[in-house]
Amino acid sequence: MEIIVVLVILGVLALLFIATYNRLVTLRQRVKEAWADIDVQLKRRHDLIPNLVETVKGYATHESTVFQKVTEARAAAVAAGASATPEQRAQAENMLTGALRSVFAVAENYPQLQAVQEFKDLSENLTATEDKISFARRFYNGNVRDYNTSLQTFPTNIFAGMFGFGPEQYFELADATERETPQVKF
Amino acid sequence: MTTESTPARVSIYEAAAANRWRTVLLIAAFTALVAVLAYFVGEYFAPGGGIAALPFAFAISTGGALVSYFAGDKLILAQSQARELGPSEEPQLRNIVEALALGLGIPTPKIYVIEDSAPNAFATGRDPQHASIAVTRGLLDKLDRTELEGVIAHELSHVGNRDIRVMVLVTVLVGTVALLADWMWRSFFWTQGGRRDRDRGGAGAIIAVIAIALAVLTPIIATLIQLAVSRQREYLADASGALLTRYPPGLASALRKIAADKEPLEVANKATASLYIANPLKDAPAFFDHLFDTHPPIEERIKRLEAMD
Repeated sequence: MEIIVVLVILGVLALLFIATYNRLVTLRQRVKEAWADIDVQLKRRHDLIPNLVETVKGYATHESTVFQKVTEARAAAVAAGASATPEQRAQAENMLTGALRSVFAVAENYPQLQAVQEFKDLSENLTATEDKISFARRFYNGNVRDYNTSLQTFPTNIFAGMFGFGPEQYFELADATERETPQVKF
Repeated sequence: MTTESTPARVSIYEAAAANRWRTVLLIAAFTALVAVLAYFVGEYFAPGGGIAALPFAFAISTGGALVSYFAGDKLILAQSQARELGPSEEPQLRNIVEALALGLGIPTPKIYVIEDSAPNAFATGRDPQHASIAVTRGLLDKLDRTELEGVIAHELSHVGNRDIRVMVLVTVLVGTVALLADWMWRSFFWTQGGRRDRDRGGAGAIIAVIAIALAVLTPIIATLIQLAVSRQREYLADASGALLTRYPPGLASALRKIAADKEPLEVANKATASLYIANPLKDAPAFFDHLFDTHPPIEERIKRLEAMD
């Protein structure tokens, strides 16, 4: 009799364990998928920037420091994209956003540039990409929050560490002003 | 944002899981309804033939459900005269849809435009991988960017929450029940005062009464289930859409503009009305205290949006 009771209890515990383990795997997988969405948009932004620099350079010939800064920031962001953690990437991307904003600030001083169709297209594309990054980031952070919360919840927290489930990092923008998309006015 | 206590704080995963259960329950409920109806139809025409009518009824419902599941979106888009947008058309709309789809973690749906000046929109498709979203020309012309974002977020929430699958299924099942009841009704007419009742005696009379009552009641019950489900889905999509854009006033203001527009949408009909973001048939009478509305009253939806912060 006692043996049956013990077996039933062990069986229930095993089932609970399997369910929790599978849930953690699902949640972590969602975080990874959401990260891939951000990654695509960040790469798209990296691809657009050289064209933007080339276009603006043709009109704003005396602003080489701004172009150098944005080119360096882009190179750093691309390098971070290869290997860095979400936190480090967010830092590199924030630098790039700042540098990009100064390019647009410079561009505002050149009225002829504002009339160029290629510049219009590029800035529209960059604004849209910026928008997409912020939505993808929100979805990613929501998934990280769900995953991290269940890691810390009892009784999951007892064995999560033993099976290699560590907390994931949020993808944060540095401060409130960084959250805004670069304003492009014509 | 204090969303923890409101139903808005439901991730699309949870909403989708709840809808899976809802789908199963609905199919079960409608199957039972169809079975009871079919049993009495069969029993009425041939005593003891009630059971024989069941496979026939199930074949009809299953066939209808399968067709609508796999081809429903194409039928609805064709019926609404929607045209798919090319990759470079309406870049603003495309960018909004792409960005919001990223925010929900679903693939970008196909985008369609209906050339009609009445502002409205709907989404269709059995799952996010086969989803389409259609907006009217009037919607693009009359709404500004934040309002358009609110409407698109509402429609994409239907996609993410798997609402469309539920609604398409309900629509077909209701149609099946109505069809069966209609057949039965016609048969009563043709066999009126028929000798079958006399042959069967008291039991036959009781069956006839039950059959007639069912023929009247089941389509009404089915329609009420459909409309209640539809209204509840609209509230949820409003809430999850507002959560996605983090800007409830955008959708509220869009709904106000859509409600103020008195022009009916020509390509919408009774069957597709419940798909749209707001009732496209402007002349729908409000009898039975909104029991037969496909959509909750717009003022109520705006009030709920304004209560979010």
